[in-house]
Amino acid sequence: MAAYASGLQVEPLTAPFPAPSHVKHAVARMHSVTKRYGQTTALDQLTLNLYPGEVVALLGPNGAGKTTAVRLLLGLIAPTSGSVRVMGRDPRDASARTGIGAMLQVTRVPETLKVREHIDWFRSYYPNPLPAAEIVRIAKLEGLENKFYGKLSGGQKQRVLFGLALSGDPDLIFLDEPTVGMDIESRRGLWEQIRWLASQGKTVLLTTHYLEEADALASRVVVIDKGRVIAEGTPAQIKHRVSGRRIRCITELDASFLLTLPSVVNVQRDREAVIITANEAEKVVREMLLRDVTLRGLEISAPGLEDAFLALTGCNAKD
Amino acid sequence: MATAVVTARAATFGFSYYVRLLRQEIRYEFLKMLRLRAFSLSVVGFPVMFYFLFGVANRHTEWARYLLASYSCFGMVGASLFGLGAGIAMERMQGWLELKQASPMPRLTYLAAKMVSCSAFALIIVALLVTLGVTLGGVSMTAAEVLKLAGITLAGAVPFASMGLLLSLVMPATAAPGIINLIYLPMSFASGLWMPLSMLPHWLQKIAPALPTYHYAQLALNIFGYAQPGVAISGHWEALIGFTCLMLGAAWLIFTRSEAKA
Repeated sequence: MAAYASGLQVEPLTAPFPAPSHVKHAVARMHSVTKRYGQTTALDQLTLNLYPGEVVALLGPNGAGKTTAVRLLLGLIAPTSGSVRVMGRDPRDASARTGIGAMLQVTRVPETLKVREHIDWFRSYYPNPLPAAEIVRIAKLEGLENKFYGKLSGGQKQRVLFGLALSGDPDLIFLDEPTVGMDIESRRGLWEQIRWLASQGKTVLLTTHYLEEADALASRVVVIDKGRVIAEGTPAQIKHRVSGRRIRCITELDASFLLTLPSVVNVQRDREAVIITANEAEKVVREMLLRDVTLRGLEISAPGLEDAFLALTGCNAKD
Repeated sequence: MATAVVTARAATFGFSYYVRLLRQEIRYEFLKMLRLRAFSLSVVGFPVMFYFLFGVANRHTEWARYLLASYSCFGMVGASLFGLGAGIAMERMQGWLELKQASPMPRLTYLAAKMVSCSAFALIIVALLVTLGVTLGGVSMTAAEVLKLAGITLAGAVPFASMGLLLSLVMPATAAPGIINLIYLPMSFASGLWMPLSMLPHWLQKIAPALPTYHYAQLALNIFGYAQPGVAISGHWEALIGFTCLMLGAAWLIFTRSEAKA
């Protein structure tokens, strides 16, 4: 009860998600990885395996350790302890990165080069690159080849970065917050491209703090908070981990009394109203109506994905 | 849990891969710098403008010859400090460098391409200065002298690229151009790049031998016989080699420390 006092009910954490039965070999694995920056622990004994052909969403609030995990898998930083292996090799070894592509949070790309030149340039980093025309086609950059990067819109710039991530014809692709700052249309466009990658049998690790994005794309969601895995499963499993209803109404009943009603897990004030989170909303409402004839403005809703997420991460904080 | 892992594809890192890699890196690095007018116009423009103002204005004098050598050095130092120092600092801050590091490209390629590109700018500066000097400045030069000047100027790429590299590791990117100017301009002045050392205050003349730009300029001035008498030319080479080692050593130390922390 104490653990759930702040929010929706979360089922206990189950055993690690089993590997899909048709694949047995991990493309990348992080085993019990801890990463510390001075006093701060960015990752705390994190274990994460990526299997061929799956799209994994690494979901978590800002500062959860998502980007740190990606940077470790790309060999950009070394773990404090634990092991990181990508295609059986240490990603710190440059040649291990030939089969990897990455779309990172880049604030600025050289703007005085044309799209075509950027692609040509990045292709030279890989021994067996994709043909430039193929990159243009996949990243939907047709007609933009001769535009300077600096002249592109935000969504177009992200598409170029997506194209660069594919230049080495990678089997494993890391997308770090790929749609951050994008408008809805561009975001949907990129989602389509990510789905296409999955259909080609590529393995994708996607970090995001948009639940909707994880839900739309991922075959498996790994929720992390404060550097630890707090939930893992298919998007449906994650959503089902959180049950309950939200009841919003204006009542004279005392908050401390409301908390004693059966199945109530949380009571919050919202201006003149209260928001009650309960697993059996019908019972709670019946009880409340009996005790308070002045009760008005009643609304009952299912928790959104945001609530599920907050419940998962908030729950961890209380443990 | 599965213990086996998928192994990496056999990658072909042949000779042709490296040739292509380096060629493309230099090509686009140079093109990028050239099109970045804030960089190309100031790095090429300042030595050329200064030479026009102070060298050409004193045509048919020793000044025109002296400044031809010293502004060539001034150009190389500027291209290196801004091209590598400010360039790397900026690309680090923007995350662009990290994206490159996530690729299989060897890090040395990145540095080498930047150094070669800066040297190309220095060659453009030397060509413009020589053209100005010979046509408007009344300077007469043999072909051998032109080649020597180009050669000595290019040799400066190594020590000053090293200095740029070190600066890129310690400077905050947003303050980089300001910090570089605060080092570059006084150092150039005190080393006799703008006017002969003998015209500078006595105390400044004493400081000059401690500055890498002084030794660099002396090597270039020696082509025209303007090097300070009584100092062995080999000493200037040694000073530049020592300076390079110092810069690279410090850069290496700082880099490995930040790697360990990262």
